[in-house]
Amino acid sequence: MSKQKTERLLGLVVCLLSARRYLTASQIRDAVPGYPDTFDAFKRMFERDKDELRELGIPLETGVNPGADEEVGYRISRQAYELPEIRLEPDEAAVLGLAARVWRQAELAGAAAGALLKLRAAGIDAEETTQPGIEPRLQTEEAAFAPLWQAVRDRRPVAFGYQAAGRTTPQRRNLEPWGVVNRHGRWYVAGFDRDKAQERVFRLSRIDGPVTFTGPPGSVTVPAGTDARNLVQAWDNEPPAVRTAVLRIRQGTGYGLRRRATSDRPADDGWDLVEAPFSEAGWYADYLASFGADVVVIEPVDLREAVLRRLKGVLT
Amino acid sequence: MSRAGPGRPAAGRSGRSGTATDRLQRLLALVPYVVSREVVGLAETAAAFGVSEGELVDDLNMLWCVELRSPDPYCPIDLSYEGGEIMVSQAESMDRPLRLGTDEASALLIGLRMLAELPGPQDQPALRRTIAKLEAAAGEAAAASAQVAVHMDGRAPADVQAQVADAMRQGRRLHLSYYVPGRDEATERDVDPMRVLLLEGRSYLEAWCRSAEAVRLFRLDRVLGLTVLDVAAQVPKEAEHVDVDSGTLFRPSPGDVRVELELARAGHWVADYYPCEQVTDLGDGRLRVVLRTPDTRWVRRLALRLGEDGKVTAPAGLVREIEEEAAAALAQYA
Repeated sequence: MSKQKTERLLGLVVCLLSARRYLTASQIRDAVPGYPDTFDAFKRMFERDKDELRELGIPLETGVNPGADEEVGYRISRQAYELPEIRLEPDEAAVLGLAARVWRQAELAGAAAGALLKLRAAGIDAEETTQPGIEPRLQTEEAAFAPLWQAVRDRRPVAFGYQAAGRTTPQRRNLEPWGVVNRHGRWYVAGFDRDKAQERVFRLSRIDGPVTFTGPPGSVTVPAGTDARNLVQAWDNEPPAVRTAVLRIRQGTGYGLRRRATSDRPADDGWDLVEAPFSEAGWYADYLASFGADVVVIEPVDLREAVLRRLKGVLT
Repeated sequence: MSRAGPGRPAAGRSGRSGTATDRLQRLLALVPYVVSREVVGLAETAAAFGVSEGELVDDLNMLWCVELRSPDPYCPIDLSYEGGEIMVSQAESMDRPLRLGTDEASALLIGLRMLAELPGPQDQPALRRTIAKLEAAAGEAAAASAQVAVHMDGRAPADVQAQVADAMRQGRRLHLSYYVPGRDEATERDVDPMRVLLLEGRSYLEAWCRSAEAVRLFRLDRVLGLTVLDVAAQVPKEAEHVDVDSGTLFRPSPGDVRVELELARAGHWVADYYPCEQVTDLGDGRLRVVLRTPDTRWVRRLALRLGEDGKVTAPAGLVREIEEEAAAALAQYA
């Protein structure tokens, strides 16, 4: 069954590729073996075949031959079908193989393999190569990656449930997505939030449940000059350091803290006095508490209180 | 819940799966593959397409049998594979592969641009040339890839990356001063470099650690200092590469300690952030997570940071250690 279908589709592609003019449905039925005899059954099968070819990216054109009958016909323009000439040097083919390897185990693995197949068919010896010394990977474990990639690719608006940090229940968001960005291993989507009427960035791992398309392809316009990467970077970056913490740190400990210190000098027996910038007291107090009895906050008071709360929380 | 799930099979790899359209894609690529090489062996071609020689012969026969019946009957494709060598003598208008689709062009371009982000490797010129050529060949299909960006961690100093690359090229041993945040320690060790891994947006050095006598991963942004030693690297035969496709880098091993935590809502991020063996919803916004680790020092630090948002409940020795540490810390403020 499947073999007959492959034979028929192959015949159809070859027939339309070699046609110099538009072929009508009945001309195609006469030329390509494997279609049923009754016209209605043929029409139904032909419609499905056309859809399948288009899904593979085969550019099926419809039109009317100039000066001929009025009936609509079909053909595949070789120029639109064929991969343009591409030649790669051995070092270029090697990095291409490495780039395909990036997607192993990730969403676009099939697409990367399909692309390499076509490039090999164009005469390029591009294998999914290992290069000595380097092994790159992208991970796409978030279920929202596939629909959001399709949405940015096809410029479609989406809706999804989002569990923002610090909220107890997910909220419905309506977004015109502009770009998907991986930053430090996490995926984000940036776009225009229709409810808030603002640019927003969302983390894919916090998307709860399915992502649904809420408009047809092409219905999202990405403003000129938009750089999703910059939007995510701006959103993700720590706000500028505004305050200074004064800390006592036991000598020989607190390497992580000292790496950001603005001043670090010996104090009394076995302890150093360290000044370090911080911006968000809650987050910084978490971090300081993790050093346990090796770090004591001198000031500011709110930071000191916050660390004390954490430590008391451990004992409650 | 856990990131440690089994590796997902790559979806829809061309040439392997069995639907009619998958096979059609293979058939359409097969003719130009042979034409562009003039003559090519059956075995080599089967390997390139990921099929058996028997399947390849079936494909070749199907291509050879294509017949158009009208206006006059003819067979547009003529080929032979006698003596294990494939030749196409007539290919009609099928001698070029189909254009790249948007997903196909994007997959390669996103990967290439990610590699081009890395500071220092000698491949930069090749990457730039390849990106330009691929963009030109893909045409419109290349546009969507600009909507996806991968931002590598820029915090690993470029000179560290360059020195590591240097040591690998020359096959030399490295001395590392390395920060271990889980223990808040700067450690000193000699390592024999094996590979650089780019995972989850970060660069790691995979190396044989001569102190641990085992393969270890070192995050390059945690390297405090390094020296390329005047000694040849000697990676022992028993050193095995880390399996980067297993879904989790830091596999639990049988000797690991089983740690149990109870998380309040504000501590749920722990379940996302660390590879957990088990996550149980206790109701009322509380989760119980189980994880395994060879070294509990980082768990102690995690517990101190969590305060009332999460409590370690087992093993009992670790619970006691954490409480003693918190009490000692509080005593400093008294």
